[in-house]
Amino acid sequence: MKYVDEYREGTLVHRYADAIAQITTRPWTIMEICGGQTHAIVKYGIDQLLPPDITLIHGPGCPVCVTPAELIDRAIAISAQPDVIFCSYGDMLRVPGSMGDNASTDLMHVKATGADVRVVYSPLDALKLAQANPSQQVVFFAIGFETTAPATAMAVYQAHQLGLPNFSVLVSHVLVPPAMEAILASPQNRVQGFLAAGHVCAVMGYAEYEPIAQKFQVPIVVTGFEPLDILQGVYLCVQQLQQGQSFVENQYKRAVNQRGNETAQNLIQTVFQIVPRQWRGIGSITQSGLGLREPYTKFDAERRFPHVGGTVVEPIECISGLILQGVKKPQECKVFGDRCTPEHPLGAPMVSSEGACAAYYLYRSRLEREACP
Amino acid sequence: MSDLDRCIPSCPIPIQQYPHVLLAHGGGGKLMHQLIEKMFIGTYGNPTLAVQHDAAALIINGQRLAFTSDSYVVQPLFFPGGDIGTLAVNGTVNDLAMAGARPLYLSASFILEEGLAMETLWKVVQSMQAAAQAANVAIATGDTKVVERGKGDGLFINTAGIGIIEHTQEIVPQSVQPGDAILLNGDIGRHGIAIMAVREGLEFESNIKSDCAPLSDAVQALLAAGIEIHCLRDLTRGGLASALNEIAVSAGVEIEIDELLIPVREDVRAVCEILGFDPLYVANEGRFIAFVPEADVESALEVLNLYQSGSSEGGLSSAIACAIGSVTQRSTGLVKLKSKIGVQRIVHLLSGEQLPRIC
Repeated sequence: MKYVDEYREGTLVHRYADAIAQITTRPWTIMEICGGQTHAIVKYGIDQLLPPDITLIHGPGCPVCVTPAELIDRAIAISAQPDVIFCSYGDMLRVPGSMGDNASTDLMHVKATGADVRVVYSPLDALKLAQANPSQQVVFFAIGFETTAPATAMAVYQAHQLGLPNFSVLVSHVLVPPAMEAILASPQNRVQGFLAAGHVCAVMGYAEYEPIAQKFQVPIVVTGFEPLDILQGVYLCVQQLQQGQSFVENQYKRAVNQRGNETAQNLIQTVFQIVPRQWRGIGSITQSGLGLREPYTKFDAERRFPHVGGTVVEPIECISGLILQGVKKPQECKVFGDRCTPEHPLGAPMVSSEGACAAYYLYRSRLEREACP
Repeated sequence: MSDLDRCIPSCPIPIQQYPHVLLAHGGGGKLMHQLIEKMFIGTYGNPTLAVQHDAAALIINGQRLAFTSDSYVVQPLFFPGGDIGTLAVNGTVNDLAMAGARPLYLSASFILEEGLAMETLWKVVQSMQAAAQAANVAIATGDTKVVERGKGDGLFINTAGIGIIEHTQEIVPQSVQPGDAILLNGDIGRHGIAIMAVREGLEFESNIKSDCAPLSDAVQALLAAGIEIHCLRDLTRGGLASALNEIAVSAGVEIEIDELLIPVREDVRAVCEILGFDPLYVANEGRFIAFVPEADVESALEVLNLYQSGSSEGGLSSAIACAIGSVTQRSTGLVKLKSKIGVQRIVHLLSGEQLPRIC
C-alpha cells in the first residue's frame, strides 16, 4: 500500500539500524513520546534492531493512561444517571476507575448493568446523538492530547451554534510540551533526547518545542509511526547527541510543518483555555491541560452533573506513574503479566492500545517477559 | 450458609472481576475462552466436548457424524456480500466442514422481535434457502419465537447442523504435529471490514464485500484428492490470530507464521490502517486454515485454488490459497509471527474485540 509499505521495507529498515550502530559511540537514552510509537516499536521489534548502547524509553503519550482515575469515577457516576447517553472512545471503556471500597469498576461494567454507554468514533457523532435524542443528556468523554482536542472543540463550537441544551463534554485534554518539561525537570530524569509525537505536531506544528530543546539542551526529533520513521528519528536524534547538538528536527515532513494546522489551533483557542491538569500516575502539572472557556463552560459536564464521590485510592502495586515517566519498563513491575493483564488491568497502561504495558504484554513472549529483572 | 448452598459449586469465573456478562465475553478473545473453558467445559465436561473443535464428532451405530450449533446476532442484518441468513447457513455448514464432514441437515430457529418488518424476514428466509441449496444441505427442522418489542434486536437465528464423516482421518487439533504446514484458502479480513463499513456510526464508502461462503466443497475435494488433513479451522470472530491460537493451545504446539505470506486485500488493509486494526484479528466467513504434512502442500494448494470464493471480484489476485507458516515444535501453545521487517513477535489472543484507534 502506498505511503505505508515504503516505510515498512525490510532492507531499508536494516540499513537504517546499521547506520545508527555506526554513528553510536556512547550510551544514549531516548524517549518516544507517543504511545502509538511505543506500540510500533514493540510490535515490529524495532528496539531489538538497535545497538545495545541505545535505550528507548516509553513516554506518557497514551491518552487513556493519563486520564485521572477521579475523572473516570466521575464518568462512571454520570453514565449511571437516568436519561444519560454517555459517549466515549472505545479504549476508555475498559480503564479501571479508582479502587476504593467498591469492587473495581469501569464503564464496560456500568454498561453491562444498564447504563447507556456508547462507543463513538468522533465527538461529532455524540453531537448527532444529542440532536436525535432531545429528551436525553448526551455526554462525551473528551480525552486525549492536541490530536483529539480539535474534534472536541468543533463539537462544542457546533453545540453552541445550535444552542443544544442536552450536550456536554467531560474534558480531560492534556498537552505534550508541559509533560516533556516535567519529565526533564524531574530529578529522576534519564531522557537525553526525544522523538516528538508526529500526529500532535501535525496539529500544533513544532515551534513550541524549540524553547524546550534550548532550555534543557535536548535534541527533539518530530517523528512518524512506521518502522522506518522511527529508525530515522532515532538516527537523527543520535546524530545530534553524538555531536553535542540540541535542536528541533522534523523527520515526519510528509505530515508535519513548523506551523501546523492553524485552523485546528484557532478552534482549540476559541473553545479552550490552558488550565492545570492532573495526570494519572504523575500528578498535577501546571498549565498542562485544556478546559472550556467562556461562553462554552455551559457545555462542561462537570458543572452539569455535580459529582458526589469519595476519595480516590489507586492500587498501590501499580507503578503506572513510573512507567509513564519512563523511569521503569513494564516488565520491571512486580504484578506485570501476573496479577495485571489486559483482562484484569490494575492500571491504564495495560488497557490502552497505546499503553506501554499492553504493548509488552501483547507482542513479547513469556520468556522475554520473564527474563527481565 | 445452608446445606443446600454448600452443595452448589462456586462460579468458576472470578465474580469479583466479572459480576456481569460483558460484550467482550462474546468477542472471540480471551474472555470468551475463559467463559467456555471454565464455566461450560468445566461443567459439561465429557470426552466429545474436550476435543474443542468446531463440530463434535459422534459415533452412532458405527456411523461417524458431525454435530454443531451456532447463533447469529449480526447487526446490521444486511451487509455487502450477504445477510444474517447466508451467515446462519454458511457458518454452520462451515463448522461441519471443519470436522471433515459432508453437511446434510440444518435446523433453523428464529427469535423474532415484535414489529420486525415481515418483508425483512422474508428476505432472510429466501437467502437462507438459496445458501442451503448452494451448500447442498436441507433445512429439516426449526422453531419460531417472538419476543416483545425492545427485547430483541430485530432478528436472531440459531442453526444446528448434522453432517456425515465418510473417511477415517482424525481431523482434530490433537492430530496437529510439528512439521505440519499451515495453508490458508485466501485473503483475510473482508467480512469484518464489510460489516464495519455499514455499522451505525462508522459508515464509510467501500467496495469490500463479505467473503461469506460455504467451505464444504473445498474440504470434500481435499479429502477426495487423498490429502492427509490433520486439522481444519474456519476463521470467524477473532480472525486468523484467534484460530491459530486456539489450535496451538488445543494441540499443544508452537506455530510460526510469516506476515509477508498472509494475503490481505489492498482496500481491506487501507481500512485497517485508518482504524488502527490488525487484519490478523478481523473476522472472516469464507476462510479457513488447514494443517497438512509438508509433502501434501502442493497438491492441497492446487485443490484449494479450484474452490475460490469471491476471487473474480475486482480481479484481485489476493484470493489465492497459500502456505503461511508451519508448526515448529511441541509447546504449551504459542503463535509467533515473523514481521515484515524480519523480527519475530508473539501473536496473542485479544481480550475482546478490536477497538478503533483514538488518534
